[in-house]
Amino acid sequence: MKILTLNFLTCARKACKATNAAFPLHPRDAELEIVETDLNPLFIRNILPRIEWDALREICVELGLPTLPDAAPEPAALFAEPIVPADTMQDADEGAEKQPTQLLQDLHRLLLETTIATGKLVCGNCGHEYAVKEGIANFLLPSHLV
Amino acid sequence: MSRPEDTLPPDLFYNDSESRKYTTSSRIQHIQTQMTHRALELLSLRHPSLILDVGCGSGLSGEILSSSAPTTPSGPHTWVGLDISASMLAVALEKEVEGDLFLADAGQGVPFRPGTFDAAISISAVQWLCNAESSEESPAGRLGRFFNGLYASLRRGGRAVCQFYPKNEEQKRMVSNAAVRAGFGAGLLEDDPGTKSAKTYLVLTVGGGELDGDITGVVKGMEGVDVVDGRRRAKDKAKRGEERKGSKAWIMRKKEQMEKKGKVVKASSKYTGRRRKIAF
Repeated sequence: MKILTLNFLTCARKACKATNAAFPLHPRDAELEIVETDLNPLFIRNILPRIEWDALREICVELGLPTLPDAAPEPAALFAEPIVPADTMQDADEGAEKQPTQLLQDLHRLLLETTIATGKLVCGNCGHEYAVKEGIANFLLPSHLV
Repeated sequence: MSRPEDTLPPDLFYNDSESRKYTTSSRIQHIQTQMTHRALELLSLRHPSLILDVGCGSGLSGEILSSSAPTTPSGPHTWVGLDISASMLAVALEKEVEGDLFLADAGQGVPFRPGTFDAAISISAVQWLCNAESSEESPAGRLGRFFNGLYASLRRGGRAVCQFYPKNEEQKRMVSNAAVRAGFGAGLLEDDPGTKSAKTYLVLTVGGGELDGDITGVVKGMEGVDVVDGRRRAKDKAKRGEERKGSKAWIMRKKEQMEKKGKVVKASSKYTGRRRKIAF
C-alpha cells in the first residue's frame, strides 16, 4: 500500500468516524518496499493540496523515513521555470512543458513508490489492528464492530 | 441465466476457479473494458486523478484507469480498489496491477477521510449490495452505508459512476433512492435499454463543484441520449401535499370518495368547508 493511500485511510468503524484519533492509522511492524512507477507530475500537483501534511510527517517518523519539513511545499515549487517563454505556450497543457524539480521527484518517491508490503495498521482511537499482507490491507470488520 | 447474487455471497461465489474464469474470459474482458470506457466518458476527468474503484475484482477496470494510452482521457490515473473477494484480489496481485488493493466490504462503508477522491467507479458490483447475508443487516442498510461513505469520501464537485445489473425495476429504484438519500444528485443512464445487453449506469454527482448539477449536466452534449425526467412526479406529489387535512379541497375530495363508495353524502354548496362564526 502506498504512503499516499495511508494518508487518506481512516478506521472503518462507525464509532471512530467522528473522532480525530481515527486518522491517521499508525503503521506497526511495517516492512517497506520500493515499487518503481512512472513520474506523473500533474497528478502530484493535483493531489498535493489534499494531503494532510502533519499526518504525513507523523507517519514518516513512525516508519523511520527521513524527517519532512514543517510546512507543506508550495505548488509553485514543484516545477522549475519553463524553458520556453510563457506567452508562447498559452494553449499548451500547463505544467507539461515545465521541468519537474527535485522536490517533485522526492514527493513521487515518498508518496507513490514507497509502499507498505506487510505489517499492521492500528487505529489510534479503538486500537483495532488491520493486517496488511502482500500490500493488501484487510478492512473486513466482524459484524459486531460495524 | 441465473443471477450469481442469488446463489452465494460475493466472497464465496468468487472463489479461486471462478475468479480465474472471470478474469481470463475474453468475453467478460471485452464487456468490462467497454463499460469502463463508458464510465470514464461519463466522469469526464480533466486531470490525472485519484479514483476509487468499488468492487475492483481482478483489476480489469483498474488496468484501464492506470494506462497511459490515449484511450484513457487525461490519464494515467491513480486508483484505489476495494473488493470483498480474496481470490479476486489474489488474481489482481498476480497481474501486478498498479492500484492499491483493499479487502473490504463496501456495504460496511468506505474507510477514507472526507474529500479524498476526485471520482469513483464501480463496474458490475452494486447489485451485490442488494443482498444481505445475515439477519443483522439489511440491503437498504448496506446500500445506505455504502453511499453515505462514498458521498463523504468524494471531493466537492466529484462524480461517481456505478454500472450495475438491477434485477428488476424495484431494485433500480432502491439503489438510486439510497444514493439520493446520501446526498448525491443521482440519475440512471441506460445503454441499449430493453435488449439483452442492456447496461445500467448510476451517475452520481456531488454538488459544490464547477459542473452543472446532476446527470442532465453530465450527458449534455452527448449524442443519442434521451433525457426522461422522473422528478416531475415528485413535484406533483409536493402539490398534493399542499392540500392540508381539513381544508376545503380535502373535504371535497373526501366527499367525492365517499360518494363513489355509494355512501349518502350531503350536497356541496358555497358554505362547504367554511368555518363557523364564533358564537360568543
